[in-house]
Order: sequence, then C-alpha cells, then structure tokens
Amino acid sequence: MGRQIELTLLQKLVQINWILILLISLIAGVGFAMLYSAANGHINPWASRQMIRFSAGLGLMLLIALIDVRAWLRHAYVIYAAALLLLVAVEVMGVVGMGARRWVDLGLFQLQPSEVMKLALVLALARFYHGLPLEEIGQMRWLVVPAGLILIPVALVMRQPDLGTAILLLATATAILLLAGVRMWKFAVALGAILLSIPLAWRFMLHGYQKDRVLTYLNPERDPLGAGYHIMQSKIALGSGGLFGKGFMQGTQSHLAFLPERQTDFIFTMLAEEFGLVGCLGLLSLYMLVIAYGYAIAMRSRNQFGRLLAGGVMTTFFLYVFINMAMVMGLIPVVGVPLPLVSYGGTSMMSLLIGFGLVLSVYVHRDAIISRRPSHGD
Amino acid sequence: MERDGSRHKAFTRRMALLGGGQLSLAALLIGRMYYLQVLESDQYKMLAEENRISMRLLAPPRGLVLDRFGQELASNRRNYRVVLIAEQTKGVSETLDRLARIIPINSHQRSRVLREVKRKRPFVPIKVAENLTWEQFARVNVQLPDLPGVQPDVGEGRYYPMGIETAHIVGYVSSVSEADLTGDPLLELPGFRIGKNGIEKVYDESLRGKAGNSRVEVNAYGRVIRELARQDGQSGDDVVLTIDTDLQEKISRRLADESAAAVVMDIHQGEILAMVSSPSYDPNAFNLGMSTKAWQSLIQHPRKPLINKAIAGQYPPGSTFKMIVALAALEAGIAGPDHRVFCSGVIKLGNSKFHCWRHRYGGHGWVDMKQSIAQSCDIYFYDLARRLGVDRMAAMARRFGLGESFGIELAGEMDGLVPSKDWKLAVTGVPWQLGETLITGIGQAYLLATPLQLAVMTARLANGGMAVRPRLSRRLDGGKSVDDGAGSTTEDGQNKENGAQKSDAAAQPIGVSAANLKVITDAMSDVVNGARGTARKYRLDKELGTKMAGKTGTAQVRRITKAERKAGGKLSKETPWKERDHALFTAFAPVGAPRYATVVVVEHGGSGSYAAKLTKDIMTEVLRGNPLGRAAVNMDGGGHRKKRKI
Repeated sequence: MGRQIELTLLQKLVQINWILILLISLIAGVGFAMLYSAANGHINPWASRQMIRFSAGLGLMLLIALIDVRAWLRHAYVIYAAALLLLVAVEVMGVVGMGARRWVDLGLFQLQPSEVMKLALVLALARFYHGLPLEEIGQMRWLVVPAGLILIPVALVMRQPDLGTAILLLATATAILLLAGVRMWKFAVALGAILLSIPLAWRFMLHGYQKDRVLTYLNPERDPLGAGYHIMQSKIALGSGGLFGKGFMQGTQSHLAFLPERQTDFIFTMLAEEFGLVGCLGLLSLYMLVIAYGYAIAMRSRNQFGRLLAGGVMTTFFLYVFINMAMVMGLIPVVGVPLPLVSYGGTSMMSLLIGFGLVLSVYVHRDAIISRRPSHGD
Repeated sequence: MERDGSRHKAFTRRMALLGGGQLSLAALLIGRMYYLQVLESDQYKMLAEENRISMRLLAPPRGLVLDRFGQELASNRRNYRVVLIAEQTKGVSETLDRLARIIPINSHQRSRVLREVKRKRPFVPIKVAENLTWEQFARVNVQLPDLPGVQPDVGEGRYYPMGIETAHIVGYVSSVSEADLTGDPLLELPGFRIGKNGIEKVYDESLRGKAGNSRVEVNAYGRVIRELARQDGQSGDDVVLTIDTDLQEKISRRLADESAAAVVMDIHQGEILAMVSSPSYDPNAFNLGMSTKAWQSLIQHPRKPLINKAIAGQYPPGSTFKMIVALAALEAGIAGPDHRVFCSGVIKLGNSKFHCWRHRYGGHGWVDMKQSIAQSCDIYFYDLARRLGVDRMAAMARRFGLGESFGIELAGEMDGLVPSKDWKLAVTGVPWQLGETLITGIGQAYLLATPLQLAVMTARLANGGMAVRPRLSRRLDGGKSVDDGAGSTTEDGQNKENGAQKSDAAAQPIGVSAANLKVITDAMSDVVNGARGTARKYRLDKELGTKMAGKTGTAQVRRITKAERKAGGKLSKETPWKERDHALFTAFAPVGAPRYATVVVVEHGGSGSYAAKLTKDIMTEVLRGNPLGRAAVNMDGGGHRKKRKI
C-alpha cells in the first residue's frame, strides 16, 4: 500500500538536484583543464573530445533522471540479464585489445560489457533486496541468489581478464549487501574466505602480468625500468609537486613524458604535479561533496530500491576515486581504474553519467513509495 | 510503512558505517598526499630534477701532433657515430635489432655493446657504431623517433696524414680499455680514444684536454629539449716534435725493404730529426678498428713491424764500439795515437784463437790507432782491450750513453747492455773471462746497444764530448719552449710532473780531452774519406761540397764456425737471412763543423758497408734538406697554436 505520486515533466525537471550536476560539471571541468595541459596546451586531441562526450553524457543523464525509478525497478533483472549476456558474448567473440578481451563489437560502436555490468549489478541487487523483508535477509537461503548475482559476472570479468573491474564489482556488491542489512559476521566470514583464497588465486587465477603488478607494488624498485617505472615516476611527479605545484602546464614529469598514461589513469598525478597538495585536496573535496550528496539522496529516498540504487552507484563512484588515487600514490598495486569524470575515455564517462542519471532519478522520485512486490502492488 | 521504516533505519545506520569507512579511506589518501607532497617533497623534487636534467660531457678536441715545421702528423677528422643509452631503450637487444635494419651491425659489435651495457652505468651512452657514412648517419637520424635510447653523434676521429712513415713516433690512439679507466669521466665517453703508443701515449694527458659539460633538459626518451647551462672544456695542447717529416719520409722510403732502424740527430741539442723503424704499420687502422686477422699478421710478422727498432732493438755494436775502446785507451794513457800493433789476422790467447775480419788476406800488418779505426782492425782492439780490461771500457761506454735509457718520449725504450765483471758474476755466477774482454773490445760479447744509443754516442763524439741527450718533442705540456738548453732549468718542475721527458739540462762536458777526441773523429773521417777506409766507397758526392765521417760495424748474430772460416766467406747467398750479420754504420757530418749524427742498423744486413751505403743516401738527404738551417715553427706559443673552443 502506498501513496502514488505522479509528477509532470516540468515538476520532475524542477526536482532534479542541480547542485549535484554543478559539482559533476566542475569535476569534469578540472578534467578538461588537465587534458588541455596533457596535450601541451592544445584542446586537441583529448580535451575537445572529452567535452563532446561529457555534453552527450549529460543529456543522457538528464533523460535517465526523468525516467520513473519504478521503471528501473521493473527492468532491473532484464538489464542484468542483458549485461550478463554481453559478458558471455565477450567471452565468446570479444575483441582483443591490450592483451585482454574486454570489448564486444556491436557494429556501430564497441561496447565494454563490464561497464554495463557495474550498473546492472547494482540494479539487480537493489531490486532483490527491495523485495526482501528485513527478517528474511538473515536467512542463509536468501544469500544464495545475491551470491549468484555477484559471483557469476565477477568470474566472467576475471576471465577477460580485468582484475580492477572484478574488484570494483565485488566491493560495490559488498557495500550494497552491507546497506541492505546483511549481518556483519557474514562479512567477516566472507573476508576470511577471501584472505584464505588469496594464495590459491595467486597460484591458479592471476595472470603473469597481474602478479607482476602486485610484486611491483610490494617493491617498486624491483624493476625500475620495467613495471615499477610507472609507479616510481608517478610518485616522483606527485612528490615534486609539493604544496602548491609547479604551475599549470609546468609539470616537468608530465610534459617531458616521464609520466606514463598522463591523460588517462595517471591524470591525477599530473594534477598533483602542477597544482600540488592544494590542488589534490581541492579535487578530493569536490569528489567527497558529490559522494556526500549522493548518499544524502540515498538516505532521503522513501523506497529501499532507491536507497540501495543510489548508495550502490555512489559507492562505485567512491571506489573509482579511491582506487585510482591510491594507485597513483603507490598505496595499492596498479590496476586499470580511471579517475572518474577526469580521465580521458568515453566508456567510463558514459557509464558514470548514466549512474548519476539513476541517482538523480532516485532523487526526483524520492517520495515514491514502492511495495515489495511492484508487479502486483502497482 | 512500518517495515520500510525499519529498513530505512537499518539503511541509515549502515550508511553511517559505510560513510565512516569511506571517510577514513579518504583520510588515508590525504595522509599519503601529505607524506608525498610535504614530508618527502624535497627528495622527489630532486629526483624530478635528476630525471629532467642530464649532464652531457663535451669531449675536447685532441691536441695536434706537429713536426718541427708545423706539419700535422696527427689531426682530427669528423666521425659519424651512433650511441645507445641503456636506460632509455625499451630493451637493448630489441633496439639493436631495429638498428641493425638501418646500419650494419655485426655480431662482434653486438656482443660488445651488450657487454658494455652490463658494465657501465645505465645512463652512460655506449658506442654502437662509428665511422658511418653520411648516408647511413642520415638514415639513423630519420628513424630516430622509433629508436628510443639511440643517439646520433658527431665525434672527432684521429687521423694520421703521414700514416706508416711516422707510426713509430706518433703512435696511435685506440678505444679505452677497462684497464685504462682512471675515473676521468672523459674516458667513459663512448668512442673516446686514448693514446696507446708513441707520442700519443706519452703526451696523452696534455693532448686530451679538459672535458666541458652541458646541462640539458631531456624528456623521458632522452631527447634534448633545451640546454640549460654550458661549460666549455679546454682543447688539448698541441705537441711539436723535433722531427722533420720530409726527411722522415725519405728515410722511410729508403729503408722500406729492410728490417732496419735509422736515427738522425742534432749533435748539439739532441733533437731527433728522424727516427725510422722499418717495416712499419698503418696507425689509422688502429683507430678504425682492426680485424683480428690483420692484427695477427702484424704481431706474427717476422720483421716485427710493431716494434720501434730505433729504441727497442738491441744489437751488438760491433766495430762501432771501437771508438769507445780507443778513447778509453787514450784517456787512460795506455796507448797514444802512435801505438802500433802488428795484425797477422789472428792472435792466440791460451788455447783460443781470435781472428781479425781480414785474417784471410793475412791481416792488416802494422797499424796505428787511426788506421786501426779506419780499417777496423780487430787485432789492434784485442790488444787495447786486454790492456784496458772490461771495466774501463764499460765506464767509457757509459759516459757516451751506452747502457742507459734516455727517457725519450716514447714507450718501450730499452737500456742496452754494457757488461762489467761484477755484472757477469752477479747475473751468471761465472767470473769474467779474459777472452770476453777481447771480444768486448770489438763490440761483441755481451754488449748491446740500441740505434738511439749509438746515435747519442756518435753525437757526443762529434760535439766535442758534451753529454747531449736525445729528445723528440720541442714543447712540454706547459706550452713553453725548450728550444735551447739555456732555458731548460725553468722546465725542471714541469719535467718531473710530466714524467715523459727527463731533465734536459744543458749538455755537460763528459770530461774527455779534446785532443783525444780529435784523434777519434779524424779516424772516423778516414773510415769514409781515407784511401783504405772501410766505407771509402760511400763517401759523399763531391757536389755536396762536404764530407761525412763514420764507422762501420758488423755484428755477429752467432758464432762463426771453423768450417765457415776456412771456407773464407761468412756471407754468402746461401746464408739464411736470420743468420746473417747485422749491418751498422754510425756517422756524423759535416766533417770539421759537425751538426748531424746518423745511425743506420740493418738487421741481418750482411756487413757494415751495406749500412754505410744506406747512410750515404740518408746523409745526402740530411745535408740537402738541412733541417737545422731552416726556421722551425714559432715556439712562443702564440700564432700557430690557437685555443679552440668546443
């Protein structure tokens, strides 16, 4: 039983959280500036294309925001099934790039199904726990379905191989389970199981280059000209930035090409070199503000699906930020995770903005009260 | 509603937990930023500067080697080469593979590069190939973007315009070997050459100059973005030799077919005007890199082209030693110029017979001192030697420069050997024999002398008994002239530092009487100009208007057997080359007012008169060219020598 609130399009537009959009745009703006610098003061080839993608993504985000959150609930499993299918398709007929099979060629464009899965998994888990009463969450049998929902795509992504996305999926799912109210001791058990399985994974599941990354993380000087080179140079760039940085477009490490991948995964390093600790804290604050806004939206929602959806998406976003920054600062091994909204790259930009579209949809429809069984209750 | 309310509460609690966890992770990030950008910032700033700034050593141009008239004997030429910086490549062997598609790189070069990569610091450029043609060099330059860590480089290569004719004097430069590394960073520059022989070796440090350096900003691929600072080095000092290239060339050509050495020396100043050792080798081949085969054939050559026979060849002086014996007798008062000995061709000492070279013609008959020298009578000198004893002969020999090395500015100078009773006992454990004294009197037995020593001996006889010392260079590395002996005391300090040239103080009198010397030099004139002189056939042509004096020497390589003596001839066409006697001739000219001393030693040349024949041609060239009569290069340091900027 619930109050049905139907909003007009105009009402919906008014309801959209424009401050969040402003914050997102600010972060993207930082990205444009860094891409401009990365190209040695040229708008091409990176900044211009990033701007076009951002504009397109922004439109898509607004479109998604206007779609009723109940529609997302209704189609959550369908989207998940489609994403899973795409992952299998990648396994069967994917395009090999950079030594891993991650893309599927859809004729018009290449799609990275693991990106789709990041959102699809959040949707599916949110729907599952939306329909599950608090009392039943504790029952073991109700853990089987989410475990399947989580582990099947994780396994497929690991096979590509894409360790970063697999960890991201696993961590996001864990957060959703946590928010849904799964007992804490179960996390402790799962954590224990993971720790125990690390030696096995090391022997049987990780690829040579993945092991290399981990070893290099543990000892960056192990091979300063090879795998450790990136992280050494990144730390040098970061550290040499100091408190206020070397100035816009003045980063020697970045501009003299000592810093690898400065327009993608290591763009934060360039920012750190050119704007110093002040710049780093500024960008981190923007991110934390966005996350705080997202979580506020989640808590404000009057339906469990919306709460879990927004919470899940924002957790993914946080994980992006944390993993990327921790990686370039040498806190964790190098995994290919971009800095959200700043790194150059179309796919992650799109999936991030679609995610924010979902969060905004939750916000717009925050007062919708949805019964646990929407198909019957509606 | 109720149920959702409880879920909402649970969600909010868990949200707080998650948010708290994320905040602590964010705090971790901030802590890391603070650590890297504030606490460790200085260290990383330094590392970033090290990344960015590269010190490039600038090799200074090597000093030139010039002859006494300023002609270049060693100069510098452009050398196109390719070097590799290991730390900037993406795999050394892969880079070499790519490079091999552009320029020829053989397996030998390849393994050398790989070896050096292991040994040297990763940022030191390593030479891959050099002496490339302009086309090859241009091709490498075009493909440079695909070859990170590869750098084209234009160096200076050493070039010896005279080539083989001055090889033994000038020497050569070659690649720095591990043993040469002294810590001078210049030596680690790729393709740097170091003097390995001759003047190039002895004067290496002053020829080398001081390295400059350039601080450049480089990118990750080692490309130079801009130069930040530059400190010019100092080019090496030139070395001016006493050599007259023209004369050197003519003598080289004259001796080309022989295994021989010749020295032409200024009897007053000791300046070496020509020093030839034949056969010779091409010093440019060392610089370009010699094949193992070529090297093998050089070191296995029976006539030893790599040895400078003028300073490292040691020969029994033979009859050229007779002047010393005669002078020793005169000085000792044992015999005057009128002392006469009857030569029947042979004398007996105990059971041994000692022959004169003329014994088959029945000897020389009665000879006095001058005649004994002019006709080279052995019996006369057996007599003098027996009266003198070996030690007095040895003392006189030493006063005339035998048995000592002069510290000439070349490597490998030998001491020769002047035997004495003590020496023999110490070395062999057997006491000195009288028979050995006798044959020492004719310059055999244990006596050994280098052609340079014989030249010095002749010069000291001809210059009135002044202890002149030989030298090859006219300039020490301080840049001051050593043109005349008077100024040489000021050079002492530098000489010690240099180590290459011993003190060349103004020649001191040896302390022999002028009258006695005149007896000797007159006799030497008679050798050539006298009616019965052993070299009378080779007196100088009349149109020169001057005469030379000299002394033949025939040095036995082995004992003459009785059978051979009966057969009458020591030398026949059948005698193997290796067993023939060495031919020697020492000379000075002009008679009356001598300026030049010459020595010619022909290994297995048969007899001294053959060396006299060659000396006639050489002395003719010396007197025609008269190098001491022409102005040498300006020694004041200004005009000719300019400090070149690098």
